[in-house]
Formats: sequence, C-alpha cells, structure tokens
Amino acid sequence: MNIVLDIDHVDMAFPTPKGPFTALKDVSLKIAKGEFISLIGHSGCGKSTVLNIVAGLHQATKGGVVLNGKEVAEPGPERAVVFQNHSLLPWLSAYENVELAVKQVFGRKKSKREAREWIEYNLALVHMDHAMDKRPDEISGGMKQRVGIARALAMQPDVLLMDEPFGALDALTRAHMQDSLMEIQNELNNTVIMITHDVDEAVLLSDRIVMMTNGPAAKVGEILDVKLERPRNRLALADDPEYNRLRSEVLKFLYEKQRKVEPIKAKASKPVSAEKDSDKKVTAAA
Amino acid sequence: MMLKSWSAHSGEWLKTAIISVVGILVFLLMWSSAASNIHTSLGAFPGPSAVANQLHGLYVEHSAERVKEAAFYKRQEERNAKRVAVDPEYQPKVRKYTGKETFIDQILTSLITVASGFLLAALIAIPLGIAVGLNKTLNTAINPIIQTFKPVSPLAWLPLVTMVVSAVYTTDDPLFAKSFVNSLITVTLCCLWPMLINTSVGVASIEQDLVNVSKVLRLSSLTHVRKIVLPASIPMIFTGMRLSLGIAWMVLIAAEMLAQNPGLGKFVWDEFQNGSSESLSRIMAAVLVIGFIGFLLDRGMLQLQRFVSWDKSSAAR
Repeated sequence: MNIVLDIDHVDMAFPTPKGPFTALKDVSLKIAKGEFISLIGHSGCGKSTVLNIVAGLHQATKGGVVLNGKEVAEPGPERAVVFQNHSLLPWLSAYENVELAVKQVFGRKKSKREAREWIEYNLALVHMDHAMDKRPDEISGGMKQRVGIARALAMQPDVLLMDEPFGALDALTRAHMQDSLMEIQNELNNTVIMITHDVDEAVLLSDRIVMMTNGPAAKVGEILDVKLERPRNRLALADDPEYNRLRSEVLKFLYEKQRKVEPIKAKASKPVSAEKDSDKKVTAAA
Repeated sequence: MMLKSWSAHSGEWLKTAIISVVGILVFLLMWSSAASNIHTSLGAFPGPSAVANQLHGLYVEHSAERVKEAAFYKRQEERNAKRVAVDPEYQPKVRKYTGKETFIDQILTSLITVASGFLLAALIAIPLGIAVGLNKTLNTAINPIIQTFKPVSPLAWLPLVTMVVSAVYTTDDPLFAKSFVNSLITVTLCCLWPMLINTSVGVASIEQDLVNVSKVLRLSSLTHVRKIVLPASIPMIFTGMRLSLGIAWMVLIAAEMLAQNPGLGKFVWDEFQNGSSESLSRIMAAVLVIGFIGFLLDRGMLQLQRFVSWDKSSAAR
C-alpha cells in the first residue's frame, strides 16, 4: 500500500479557563493514495479537529501528520480544504475565486492561456461552466459548494479535505452533489478525507469509513472497509445486501456502541480521561 | 413585467418626493411664523424670505468681488506693460489681489480644508487600522491610547495645535497658510479615531473561513490584505469614513469660529461681531448652507461607497 498521509498518534488539547480540554487522544490513521476516507461520528467528537490538524490550521499537542514523508507544519494548497460553508470570497465571481487559487498555486508555471483553460476545466468538472461569471450571492447553495470544490480541485492537492461539504444542502441537492463527486473521483482518483454525519453518504462514497468514538478524548473506534464495486449507483445499491450490511454496521456503531444521549442541561459532561467512562456518565447524567 | 416594476418604482419615487416637499413646506411655514415672533437687539429673527434674499445678496456680492478682482489684475497688467515698454530692463511686479473674501470663497476654503484634513486622516488611519485589526498585540498596545484620545473634542487640541504649528512650521515662503495648517490638523485629529476604530473592527471581524482560505492558499501578507482583508472590510471602513466626515465638518466650523481661521466659521463669527441689521439673516443663510453641504458630503461618501464596494446592499442608507 502506497501511504500518502500518515496521521500518527495525534493528541489534541485545547486550553480552556478550567484547564486543558482533551479533544483527541491517540488518533492514528494511514491513508493510501487514491483512497476515499469518511470520518463519521457524533457531533462534538473531534472529526473537524482531525481535519483541521491535517490541514495545518490546528497544531496537534502530541504526535503529528506526515504527508508524502514530510511533516505538516502549516496550511498549504497540497492539502486543499472544502469548507462546510463554501467560503467563497463574496466579492469575486466563480471564475475569479478559482483563479485566485490557480494563480497562487501555479503562478508562472502556467501561461495565461493554460491558467484560463485549467480554471474552466475545473469549473466544467463540477458543472459550473455555465455560471462562471456569477458571484456567490447570485447562485444557490449547491452551486456555491460546487465552486468551492472546483477551487480545491484546481489546486491539484495531494489530499483533498472536505469538512461536511454537503451538510448545509437539502437532500436532493446533496444527492446530486454526491453523484457529481463520485463522477469526479472516477476521473481524478484523488485522495480524499471527508467528514460527514450522513451514514448513506459515507457508505456510498467511501473506500473506508473511519468511525470515531465520542469525545472528550475521542479516538478512532472502528474502521470499516467498503468493498462495493465502482462506479456505484445509489438506486442499485438500495437493495444490495452488502450495502445494507455496511450501513447497519455504521448505524450500530453510532447508536449502540457510541450512543450519545444529548443532555438537556448542557453542563452534564466533564472531561474525563477514558471515553467509555465519560460516555456512561453522560448517559447517567441525562 | 419590467415596465410594471419600473412604473411601480417610479410611483414609489414620486410618493417619496411629494412627502419630502410637504415636509419642507411645513417646516418653512413653522419657521416663518416663529421667526416673526422673535425679536432680538438686531431686529426680528430672519424668516425664510429674508434668508433667501441674503443668499441671493451673498452671491451678488461674490460676483461683484470677482469683477473687481478681474479689473485689478487687468489694471496691473496694463501698468506693467506700460513700464516694460518704457524700460525693457524693468522686472514687472505681480501682486495678488487682496480684496475681502466672500461667502463663496469661505465655502471653498472650508471645503478644501475639510477634504485635506480628511484625506490626511484616511492615509494614516486606514493602514494603521488594518495593522491593528490584523495584529492582536498591536491592538492591545494601542487600544488604551485610542480609547483615551477618542472622546477628546478636537477643539481642546486647538490651542496646542496653534502653538506647535507656529513654533515648528516656520518657513519664509510657506506653501500653506498657518491658519490652514491649524484647521487641517484639527480636522485630521477628529477624523482619525472613528476611521481607525471602524477599520480595525472591520478587519478583526473577517470571517474565520475566509482567513482559513487565505492560509490554505498561503497568500503572502500583502496579497492577503489586498485580496481578502480590504474587500471584506470595505463596508466598515466606509462607515468610519462617513462618521469622520460628518464630525469633521461640524468641528471645522467650530474651529474656524474659535481660531478666526478663514472659512465658513469665520464668516459666521464676523457677521456676529458685525452686528448689522442683516447679520442674523446672513448667519441663518450660512447655517443652511453648512447643513446642506454636510448633507452633500455624506451623500458623496455614500455614492463613493456604492462605487467601490462589492456589497451594494451594505450602502443602502
């Protein structure tokens, strides 16, 4: 296996007025080239923290992330991020948003014509070539997210990081976006880490599903290999026994093994060293 | 469809216009009846018609002064030409016309002063505000100073400014008059703080996601400021500029009155000292003109903001 990204025994503690809060404890994950990984877990379990550490936006308290043999110290375009809220620059058109990234990453390596073709190619990949000159406030949420993906793809990242990219979209748009992403993945075969809340999305898109335990001190609970053949079709898979087995595995993990009962009074949970322990306490407190 | 929306729009516009005109008429009526009941040692308080007469009179005075000025230069030129014809060695002396400054001259002086002071403040406050907004340490260091100087009326600075300028600004051939420099610095001092504070707040409150985009792209500091910080904080920068300009215009008039620096304030003060039967209506005319110019300045900034800003909705009012 050709390992591109190695998340190596990462701990993450955030300073709080009441002392450090351990968000992640000993998270390790090796990712091969071209692999599509989903990170799934209850909200607040530290999925985004893992992604931010890989992106370089957070620094791990212990351990580290190695990309192609080099340790990650700061953010960079080789680890492009698709943010949950598209985060396009509102004063630039779709084309200009991608252009900013392309100019920054390739600079003089691409001639003006090459750069233009590359921007248009990436916008065409996400089916946004018809609205290149529209500004973010003139297009729908799904379209904005498409442009966000085009911007990330245009950086030709070694790893594409997606933080709940479709979380803010309605169900139909989300399904469209998932199909689009599979189509792009089929063509480019990027290495992807995607955070999701959506069990179907995880099974449909991933090669491996990494399920995280509840925080504090969250870690990788189980990893599920998804060996469904590609290209995948959501309609055909609906009756596929393997698909349904995987789906129920994830559901079991989330709702039996890592059952999280949201305390009605927000004070219930306190940082405790062992996550299983804390899980019980949360349940008991509720 | 388009026609319909257009006519709806024009109907809305017409309604606004009518209501505004009615408002003004009611105001004039109340002013006029109140004025005729107020008697001062300089005669009755000026009503709208007296003020309108004065406005016209002030314009006539200005035109007359211009005619005199033109005549002066013409005489001077003829005189010099004659002297040169008699004696080719003669170096003609050109003297400036030193007639009385008219109301319209004073308006121009005040406008030039406020514009220069405002621009100088913007040149200092906007870059500094960006630096303060980007850098928490700098913000912590500079914040107490801003908070202390912000509430100071710039007029309190005026004596200090005057003394410092007369001590420091000593050249034989000054490019600017000292009185102009005094007024300019006073205007700058009052424009500085709202612009500085609004710019730094605007810069500091840029969405974290956009900052992250910049980090992921590894934009250089300069590109970060140019491509992300500036466009994102333009609405707040303009809010600061509009506030500043409004305050500056008010303060300038007061400073001119207090320091006898040329400008509209001096015009008002001179008229007050004059104490003729026309003084009050001339002052009232000046008051209206000052207000109207202030209104135009604000509208001008708004138009500039509409032109510069990507976010057209932020400049709605």
